[in-house]
Amino acid sequence: MELCDLTLHEIKDLFAQKEVLPSMVMASVVKRIGEVEEKLGAYLALDLEAALAAARAADDRIKAGRALGVLDGIPVAIKDNLCQAGRETTCASRILQGFVPPYTATVVQKLLDQGALILGRTNMDEFAMGSSTENSAFKPAKNPWDPERVPGGSSGGSAAAVAAGEAIAALGSDTGGSIRQPAAFCGVTGLKPTYGLVSRYGLVAFASSFDQIGPLAKDAEDCALMLSAVAGFDPLDSTSVRGTPVDYTQELDRELTGRTIGLPREYFGEGLDPEVRRLVMAAVAQLEDLGARVVEISLKMTEYALPVYYLISSAEASSNLGRYDGIRYGRAAAGREDLAAYYTRTRAEGFGPEVKRRIMLGTYALSAGYYEAYYQKAQQVRTLICREFAEAFRVVDAIVTPTSPTLPFRLGERLTDPLAMYMSDVCTVPVNIAGLSALSIPCGFARGLPVGLQIIGRPFAETTILNIAHQYQKVTGHHRARPCGTGHDRAEQEGGSPDEV
Amino acid sequence: MKFEAVIGLEVHAELATATKIFCGCATKYGAEPNTQTCPVCLGLPGALPVLNEKVVEYCLRAGLALNCRIADFSKLDRKNYFYPDLPKAYQISQYDLPLCRDGFLTLASGRRIRITRIHIEEDAGKLIHSPEGEGYSLVDYNRAGVPLIEIVTAPDLATPEEAVEFLEKLRGILIYLGISDCKMEEGSLRCDANISLKPAGAKHLGTKTELKNINSFKALGRALAYEIERQSELLAEGKTVKQETRKWEEAKQRTLPLRSKEETQDYRYFPDPDLVPIELDPAYVAAIAASLPELPEARKRRFIEGYKLPEYDADLITGSKHLADFFEAVLKFYFSPKAASNWIMGEVLRLLGEEGLTPEALAVNPAHLADLLRRIDAGEISVSQGKTVFEKVFRTGASPEEIIRAEGIRQISDEARLRAVVAQVLQTYPQSVHDYLNGKIKAAQFLTGQIMRETKGQANPQLIKELLAEELAKLRP
Repeated sequence: MELCDLTLHEIKDLFAQKEVLPSMVMASVVKRIGEVEEKLGAYLALDLEAALAAARAADDRIKAGRALGVLDGIPVAIKDNLCQAGRETTCASRILQGFVPPYTATVVQKLLDQGALILGRTNMDEFAMGSSTENSAFKPAKNPWDPERVPGGSSGGSAAAVAAGEAIAALGSDTGGSIRQPAAFCGVTGLKPTYGLVSRYGLVAFASSFDQIGPLAKDAEDCALMLSAVAGFDPLDSTSVRGTPVDYTQELDRELTGRTIGLPREYFGEGLDPEVRRLVMAAVAQLEDLGARVVEISLKMTEYALPVYYLISSAEASSNLGRYDGIRYGRAAAGREDLAAYYTRTRAEGFGPEVKRRIMLGTYALSAGYYEAYYQKAQQVRTLICREFAEAFRVVDAIVTPTSPTLPFRLGERLTDPLAMYMSDVCTVPVNIAGLSALSIPCGFARGLPVGLQIIGRPFAETTILNIAHQYQKVTGHHRARPCGTGHDRAEQEGGSPDEV
Repeated sequence: MKFEAVIGLEVHAELATATKIFCGCATKYGAEPNTQTCPVCLGLPGALPVLNEKVVEYCLRAGLALNCRIADFSKLDRKNYFYPDLPKAYQISQYDLPLCRDGFLTLASGRRIRITRIHIEEDAGKLIHSPEGEGYSLVDYNRAGVPLIEIVTAPDLATPEEAVEFLEKLRGILIYLGISDCKMEEGSLRCDANISLKPAGAKHLGTKTELKNINSFKALGRALAYEIERQSELLAEGKTVKQETRKWEEAKQRTLPLRSKEETQDYRYFPDPDLVPIELDPAYVAAIAASLPELPEARKRRFIEGYKLPEYDADLITGSKHLADFFEAVLKFYFSPKAASNWIMGEVLRLLGEEGLTPEALAVNPAHLADLLRRIDAGEISVSQGKTVFEKVFRTGASPEEIIRAEGIRQISDEARLRAVVAQVLQTYPQSVHDYLNGKIKAAQFLTGQIMRETKGQANPQLIKELLAEELAKLRP
């Protein structure tokens, strides 16, 4: 196994023993990028020179035993919707081409302050709207387990990069499942923190009341380390929550005895791939073996989650994206004869079809005469969904569901059917609506493709869901499978070769 | 047919906070364009607003001073529209839950003008248009994110004069509260007016127009008067008033249509998800209420009762916080309320007027005026000498003592010496004495002038008047 296929915590231990230096890990990652990036399209921009220079500085600190923290010398990737001063930030949209922010997002600054090596900016669905990364205005990203298939989205580039060893870990953002669904599709571990746990300052907004930044990594322990590095109150984000810093690895080793896990029957109904069901139920059995008590629960509001999500998130997006007019930054249409015509042309040329669809949907939902029936009604149902989860968490410590009802689909398969694409998020959006914590871990392979298990926790119960995930990963090997390089490949995995439909 | 006007005002006041409403940028007026900006007020992708608590405090001050009900739960909303001066394409404002509601302000007539609401919002940037035909506009975002309060009245005003009085009183209160400098010429106080007409005594309101671009108190009165005239003519001819927004053209002294009701935008208000609701603790509100300064009405009463000023003086002086503060500062050094009031209403306002300055620009040290008043009362200089000295104090900032010494100004009040001068003048001008004694009273003025000339203007005028009368009386047959 190459260094680039190791986990963050394994590399950290090698650094501590001074057996390996950051430059060596960088070299391995750079080599892997050279081998697979052209095929996968995980990155929109690489920043390898800066990362290599930072690695040499990290080498000196590691040698001197003066590491800045656990992330010192670790090559990480960041999603292209996180601002970094001096680096073009496009959100995979033509309209932001050429936008170079003069400031750095809080989370990115935290990574830099702790010595992380930022490799580059990962591919995504335009403005994080999508579930396949096919909505990237520049190029689609591919699934490292099968480049004919999508890596999920919208943080598909971050998930693909981590799975393929093009980064040790990555940051993504999750508005309706955009970390967890691509994590599931690419066979990595991805965590969406509770709303308010991680500062959104510097995250280009899609839907402000749902957006959260979180890690994608090779296992739960890595996610815990990454989360510890980026979480915490930020005076620049009014919705970030005050609190003392938490070490999210603290409960990893706790036994599951005494934990109660809920299985909501509404998540196992129509549309669920039988293979996904089989693997998720096998994982549930595994959790029972580890000592957890599993109870069936009911979340009756689930069927309303998708419409509530698409109404509110599109409404917020229609307002958040109004600022893109090409006047102060980004791409402007030619011609200046008339302001209204200029706006129309710039936005018509700059936004892709999915973004336009959501802007129109959201504008409609907020319009006079429709506001009460759509936006306001959706907010009322949102309250009911929150309440239902709160009720459920009086009985259970965590809720387990499939992350995605289906396996990774083929490129182009759902592009012309927005509703089918929206169904990819059916298991993940309720979590964002209620502002809960949740993560996705690999729970096996079907037809050679990874399947994800979603573990949902109470607000700010990240230590609990990380504990459950880590205990599961201690006794299973799905998270150790690697699609690229030597040692592991998908032929060895359960389920054999991918289907040839 | 006789018509009655129904007028309501929407007043925007820039709050005098040191920093903007959602970021730490300075709010100083007149800085180099785009030097007081940051990612937040430029609306750069990813930047987030954080509410300046001072803005809430200032708005509550206004609400409490204007007898409003203060909300215990309030929130900020987005008002969405496209314009190059609005960098986020939405203005953060307040829609259905403003901080303050249901207040009033009382006019001199005793009429209460209801205040519907007061809310906080951010200002937009400023467009600077190129000369006609050059086809570009520049944007200065220094003003973007400057905090505003919007004060909306009920349609309770009946005349342009009432509207102007309301706005003047409101301005006085905001300045007394220290929350806005209310300079209409710098745009820190702006006023839009809604006006409709109805037949005298009718209950139903007519169709209203909204007047914009009113840049002074005078303009408010004139724009409303113009609009009453225009609407009256339409109605008298049996035509209807179109519901629209009209622009006051200062140069041509008229209103012109700006946009019709059909062009009214749908702002798609919704709660701003980047900000948390404002929950006000009653103890916090009570503390602000307790910290309110004395307001113009109370101060006026105190000036009448405490300093025995006539109502006219008290009203005029307390109408400006700066003048009233100056007045009371003078009294601290030399307690002579009526004299101080006379000098402020006379010389101070005259000199400010000559320079085209407002009372806020008054730079005279109150101790200097007090010193001058004391010297006049002591007979050291005359009132007219005092006026000469004060003008120099006003223009140079030098003290009366310095000016009096430098110019050798003094008053001769030595009775024996002046009597000798009077006697000598009477001897020199027997014809004038003769004229006077034969009933030509005016001759005394000529004689006074000669006495003044003899004493180089330093004779105590009061004393001369007395001595001249005495000496002339002696000469009566």
